[in-house]
Amino acid sequence: MIGKKLNLLAAVTHKVSTMLVALLIMVTGTSVHADGHGMKVGFIYVGPTGDHGWTYRHDIGRQSLESELGVETTYVESVPEGADAGRVIRQLATSGHKLIFTTSFGYMNPTNNVAKEFPDVRFEHATGYKRESDNVSTYSARFYEGRSVIGTIAGHMTRTGVVGYIASFPIPEVIRGINSFTLAMRKVNPDAVVRVVWVNTWYDPGKEGDAAKALIDQGADIIAQHTDSPAALQVAEDRGVFAFGQASDMSTFAPNAHLTSIVNNWDPYYIERTKAVMEGTWESVDTWNGISEGMVSFAPYGDAVPADVRAAADAVKDGIASGSIHPFDGPFNNQAGEQVIGSGEHLDDGDLLGMNYYVEGVEGDLPG
Amino acid sequence: MIPYLEKRAEHSRTMVYISPFIALALTLLGGIMLFSLLGKSPAQAMYAFFVAPLTSLYGWAELGVKASPLVLIGVALSIGFRAGVWNIGAEGQLTLGAICGSCVALWLYQVDSVFVLPLMMVGGVLGGMFWASIPAFLKTRFNANEILTSLMLTYVALLLLSLLVHGPLRDPDGFNFPESRIFHDAASLPIMVNGTRLHLGAVFALIAVGGIWLLLSKSLIGFQIKVIGQAPAAGRHAGFSVNRTIWFTLLLGGGMAGLAGMFEVSGPIGQLLPIISPGYGFTAIIVAFVGRLHPVGSLFAGLLIALSYLGGENAQITLNLPIAVTGVFQGMLLFFLLACDVLIRYRIRFKPVSRFRHG
Amino acid sequence: MVDILIPAIITIITASTPLVYAALGEMITEKSGVLNLGVEGMMLMGAVIGFIAVTQTSSVMLGILAAMLAGAGMSLIFAMLVLGLQATQVATGLALTIFGIGLSALVGQGLVGVAYEGIPKLPIPLLSDIPFIGPILFKHDILVYGSFVITVLVSWFLRKTRAGLILRAVGDSHDAAHAIGYPVIKIRCLAILFGGAMAGIAGGYLSLSYSPLWIENMSAGRGWIALALVVFATWRPGRVFFGAYLFGGITILQLHAQAMGAGVPSQVMSMLPYLATIMVLVLISRDQKKIKMNSPACIGQPFHPSS
Repeated sequence: MIGKKLNLLAAVTHKVSTMLVALLIMVTGTSVHADGHGMKVGFIYVGPTGDHGWTYRHDIGRQSLESELGVETTYVESVPEGADAGRVIRQLATSGHKLIFTTSFGYMNPTNNVAKEFPDVRFEHATGYKRESDNVSTYSARFYEGRSVIGTIAGHMTRTGVVGYIASFPIPEVIRGINSFTLAMRKVNPDAVVRVVWVNTWYDPGKEGDAAKALIDQGADIIAQHTDSPAALQVAEDRGVFAFGQASDMSTFAPNAHLTSIVNNWDPYYIERTKAVMEGTWESVDTWNGISEGMVSFAPYGDAVPADVRAAADAVKDGIASGSIHPFDGPFNNQAGEQVIGSGEHLDDGDLLGMNYYVEGVEGDLPG
Repeated sequence: MIPYLEKRAEHSRTMVYISPFIALALTLLGGIMLFSLLGKSPAQAMYAFFVAPLTSLYGWAELGVKASPLVLIGVALSIGFRAGVWNIGAEGQLTLGAICGSCVALWLYQVDSVFVLPLMMVGGVLGGMFWASIPAFLKTRFNANEILTSLMLTYVALLLLSLLVHGPLRDPDGFNFPESRIFHDAASLPIMVNGTRLHLGAVFALIAVGGIWLLLSKSLIGFQIKVIGQAPAAGRHAGFSVNRTIWFTLLLGGGMAGLAGMFEVSGPIGQLLPIISPGYGFTAIIVAFVGRLHPVGSLFAGLLIALSYLGGENAQITLNLPIAVTGVFQGMLLFFLLACDVLIRYRIRFKPVSRFRHG
Repeated sequence: MVDILIPAIITIITASTPLVYAALGEMITEKSGVLNLGVEGMMLMGAVIGFIAVTQTSSVMLGILAAMLAGAGMSLIFAMLVLGLQATQVATGLALTIFGIGLSALVGQGLVGVAYEGIPKLPIPLLSDIPFIGPILFKHDILVYGSFVITVLVSWFLRKTRAGLILRAVGDSHDAAHAIGYPVIKIRCLAILFGGAMAGIAGGYLSLSYSPLWIENMSAGRGWIALALVVFATWRPGRVFFGAYLFGGITILQLHAQAMGAGVPSQVMSMLPYLATIMVLVLISRDQKKIKMNSPACIGQPFHPSS
């Protein structure tokens, strides 16, 4: 008995150690391609590349530059959005990187400050709005378009009429997502409501899972999230309800509960912008791409999604891509029941940028 | 041969100065092993960590930027640790300092006066002191352990900052994004070296080192702190008030942490953000101890630890080493630094194996 | 109402369990007179190694064992430094956390996207059928049951066993304990290893049961809370358990309050567990003598047999 256990233990140690070695080789074996005009592209990330969410997807985009264009890339991960960011961005600029992607909102001012110092280097800042010199571009994805699609699915599939939404921080991006989701959901299911729990973190699997449990206990039978880990999907799987993934395809974590995930797809944009620098056609622009450009994409539908719901979701997807549907098409009301916009109109980008109110159908007060 | 420690009759003055270098040499050896294992050139890695960040004036200035809050807080905390007051909530006190300093800056947003900055500094100090006064009060009045209260208040402070930046202190023209207005020049720290970010905070850090050194070596309260820390009972017999020591050390640590927080927002950051410190308040605890609770030691410890952070960033850029490796390497560096201090008080001796077995 | 109550209580139990393990382990370490601030780092190593073991071998027991060993291994580094080389405990613990965060991330680099269904629930026959109490207390996985058992065991160990008395003696006065002839260093080493193993299990609980996956830094500060809970409990096992449930309970209740639509900013809600812990500590700290009796007097002080 003991001998058997020891044998097993030995087997485990062996397996773990071989895995460790393999991992170490993986970690360090990232070869550097020499072509791509010797151009170097730098990335600065707010989280670790292993977060399975926001940073992970940006890093997938970075890797696509190496494989598609053969350029050399560099990344610095887990850079806090404070005094350190400016130094790291500057360091990337002084070490021969001709194009630098700064992938978090908090890098906005450091990016612009460093850019003024290095006119020959191009800077791309994600999710911000400042372009103070003509070597700075901004880019973001219209994730709210994706939320409209999953809101449609939720509206069709909820039985209890209560959908839970795990939110991170009360910033316009997150609020826009909640509203877009709610509007789409109530278009197909006018009585359904959204309950929001703010966890005040992007990244705490335990807490995200607990929030999902609390929402399910309070009657939610579908969980949507604007946080990074797959923990909420695992809870949904365990409790026998449905959930949507965030940032990347999370179906492996919840084969039955997973309806679909909104997938952040930065690859095409990163390739396009890098090519533009290589060809000398890069200009300062503000990009806000969505479903039609492929920046917002989706994981395959889960088996639980019936054919008619798939068709309805696809119709919304196609409608948004073609421009016939806008997630914020009027008429709709805010939480207090006052009309925000009338029929035949939709909110423009300016209205969306700073959104700080809930639409009708979201329960609870907006914090902050 | 079995190595063992033999207590020295008195502390070795030589080892006080030599042991950090032994630690660095051991780190070098450890680093060579670590980086060889990872398939990187150890020489390149060591260069990236310890040399490359300092090959430019800007690099030196950044070392100052990164080390200033660590030293400022570290020297102040070391006073408390000497007295046996465990303030581990400097991060929260730093946050309150940043909030209060920013409130002054935003309140005087229209005012262009030389008094704005001093007022902000006062705000920062008071903010940090206020946050540290809560554990002090709870400790002296209710006997509540300051380890818990100061740590828990750190989380509260971070949430308070989040609440304010997502709400009342938000930039009115900032599309509801969570950040304050950018401070005006009158509310920004003067730069010490042109073309860099080295700010007034570095000067204050040096002043703090000198001031605390004087306090410890020349003042009565410094003497009291040393006595109470080493022998509380003796301190009480001598008529030193334990409560006064608690209040003094916590307010000192809180005030300096608050000042450091205000320097961060007014200096390199330039506005209030939801995150203003990458854990300076916690790292400063290590700085204090690696510096052997001595002001000058804390200065060097702060510089070395700051350098290891800069080196970590640099290693990511030049060698594609993931940040995880930086953590492992930093941990190793600290282990060696802390371990080598043993040589000050002990001698390593060897005894033959046989004697060990029979004796 | 009961429909919500039962699952809410179960959630509280699962949220509190990792805190119980980590805090009990740290309490034993501290009882011996050693303060190890490296709980977070040891937890993370337990989480990642436990996850690797369970996904590689599909054996729950091996997963838990690996998590335990990983935590203990980390604490061994700490023990060698503070006991063998007299390094400062506070700083060494903090360094251990930095080291553990880095090492766990390095070891876990290939695990992004690896899924695991979680260790199985083991409902206890008959007992789990009792209405209300059954689902709350008797339908958990082995680690939750284990946390109940270990609380009782630790309490019994400290109060009723000779070894427990010796441990406390060592923590209260290492010089006296040494003079009597107790092997101070050995006892402290064992206490540190126990603390490490418990932190490892706490981490393993995170990655095997609580949210069965590995993500860098997934303990998200729970190690620090565990440290605070030991102080909160004034070094008494029952109170450690109570403290963990108080903290876990309020954390979960505030999520429920939000889901019900309480009109309070979420940041304020999130402050509640911390504020409540402070307030309860203030209430129970009045009796200075009693705290003195339980708190290890030698905590944090280095010991060398020759002194």
